[in-house]
Amino acid sequence: MDFVNTLVQGVMLGGLYALFAAGLSLMFGVMRMVNLAHGDLAVAAAYLVVVLLGSSFLPLWLVILIALPLFALIGYATQRGLFSRSLKAGPLSTLLVTFGLSIIVQNGLLQAFSADTRTIDFGALNTGAFRLGPISVSYLGLLTLALAVAVIAGVQLFPSRTRTGRMMRAVSDDADTASLVGANSRHLYAIATAIAFGTVALAGIMSGARSSFDPSMGPAQLIFAFEAVVIGGLGSLGGTLAGGAVLGLTQAFAAQIDPSSTLLAGHLVFLAVLAFRPQGLIPQRAV
Amino acid sequence: MTTLEHLPFHAAVVRSGKAPKATGGLLAAAVVILAALPYVAFTGATSAMVTFFVLLIMASMWNLLAGFGGMVSVGQQAYVGVGAYTVLAFANLGMHPFLALPLAALTCAVFAIPTSWLAFRLRGDYFAVGTWVIAEVYRLVIIRFDSLGGANGKSLPGLSGMDPVLRGALTYWAALAIAALTVTGCYLLMRGRTGLALTAVRDDETAARANGVGVTWSKRLVYLVSAAGCGAAGGILIIDSLSVQPNAIFSVQWSAYMIFIVILGGIGYLEGPLLGAIVFFVLQQLLAGYGSWYLIILGLIGVAGAVWLPHGLWGTITRTTGLQLFPVGYLLRTEPVTGKTAGKTTSPKRRIGSST
Repeated sequence: MDFVNTLVQGVMLGGLYALFAAGLSLMFGVMRMVNLAHGDLAVAAAYLVVVLLGSSFLPLWLVILIALPLFALIGYATQRGLFSRSLKAGPLSTLLVTFGLSIIVQNGLLQAFSADTRTIDFGALNTGAFRLGPISVSYLGLLTLALAVAVIAGVQLFPSRTRTGRMMRAVSDDADTASLVGANSRHLYAIATAIAFGTVALAGIMSGARSSFDPSMGPAQLIFAFEAVVIGGLGSLGGTLAGGAVLGLTQAFAAQIDPSSTLLAGHLVFLAVLAFRPQGLIPQRAV
Repeated sequence: MTTLEHLPFHAAVVRSGKAPKATGGLLAAAVVILAALPYVAFTGATSAMVTFFVLLIMASMWNLLAGFGGMVSVGQQAYVGVGAYTVLAFANLGMHPFLALPLAALTCAVFAIPTSWLAFRLRGDYFAVGTWVIAEVYRLVIIRFDSLGGANGKSLPGLSGMDPVLRGALTYWAALAIAALTVTGCYLLMRGRTGLALTAVRDDETAARANGVGVTWSKRLVYLVSAAGCGAAGGILIIDSLSVQPNAIFSVQWSAYMIFIVILGGIGYLEGPLLGAIVFFVLQQLLAGYGSWYLIILGLIGVAGAVWLPHGLWGTITRTTGLQLFPVGYLLRTEPVTGKTAGKTTSPKRRIGSST
């Protein structure tokens, strides 16, 4: 039964990675950019929730309802004010801007909150679990997995089912031509970034409730998200979910065998996919 | 070639002129003066200069990789770490750490071959994060070796008996020599066929491939050279601090420093890392007491530089004054034909078409 238990834990961990990866995948799909500050933004969102919970009498659900739109708004503003300028200057500039942003956010958090670890208090949800026969399933893990599936389904359907989404695809394919039919690429890119920032904030909050965090954890979160995207297949959101599951399962089983090899095993699976199946598990369908 | 003869002015494609030769001489003189520093300055000053040389080596290598090779890596700390640990491994076997420095560079170049097979499957932004993952893998593998100190790191044997002043001076000379070698090596590499091929690849990879440029070979060569340089820098770091700590030596901060220096100095200019390293070094000395504010300010300058100063400080200087210390491109120089200068000015180094 140990095996089934590890399997369940691994899939739930994979859900968290997929939730992290959704925003990264969306920004790459629409703007062809990788936001290197992705993980640090998640950590920043977790700190925001900790601060709001500590300094006010707001209930948790309201704090999260404030934090997510706030991050989406920050995303919109960052795209309009900063990323749009760097995208114009070229891909190198964008990479450097997001890398600089990562350093600023990470060290800003370190300055404000010190290197002490924190956890988000979800009350009974933090440790609560129900038993399914001999297997223990945590509510939090199940909630994270459900949120990951919902977010990925939303991000998948949004470009095909909504007018804004269709415009976004048009702009992504050819911004100049799309502008002829009235698409405002700056606004649409900013919407995509807002969604990405909102989802990564959600991922950061779920991760912060699952385990303790500190300001230096951002890069690790980015790397896990990135690995989930590449293992699943670039540009394929369904693949991202599968990639997250593969990464989560690998880490869970490696931890079972030798706890010190958890991270290494995940990275090695990533490198193996890169070496033997560079298109990923579920490659993007030709459009 | 012949069409140029009919023009009402002499047109010639030149690369080097009087000014670069003068500055080249100046740089050579600077190296000689710097080499004499341990005889006149205190150990504190030479130790600070070692940090400067390490930064210059790393930045030059990153500039070669990203500015000329078009490969933006966030994982060069892999080779800084492997270089440092190579020196440690050979010192454990009884070899003198200074003699292990060339071996550190060589080991990194060897490790870079299989690494490049994997990393080259990724392009652009994904290459950047992929190299970062690979650096993490190197760190996670090395901390599994107890003989190399595991996760806690280890102190470097073999230098404890040496006089500290002599050791400081030797470290300084080694760092200076590697820095000079790195800058000269970059210049010679970029002047030659590889430089031309790389510039073509950076500007348009498909077009370069179509014209018969050995794209992958050129990129791999640059990747190996860059790994070797960073490995030598890592070797200097462990000799300078006499110990190694895996999280510090494999820190992504090294990449942050490299990127910051190159962006500030001017990416794609050989002079860029030199100027950037000087500015960075001064900033570091000024802001060192401010803890994480120092890195926040660096990040802000980096972001601002990437958006508003895409050519960096040197790029701005060379665009306004035309000054070049290491000319690797070609210039078209035209002068009207007058009786007096007609014979004299047509002694260009190269003419269009003369090389083929």
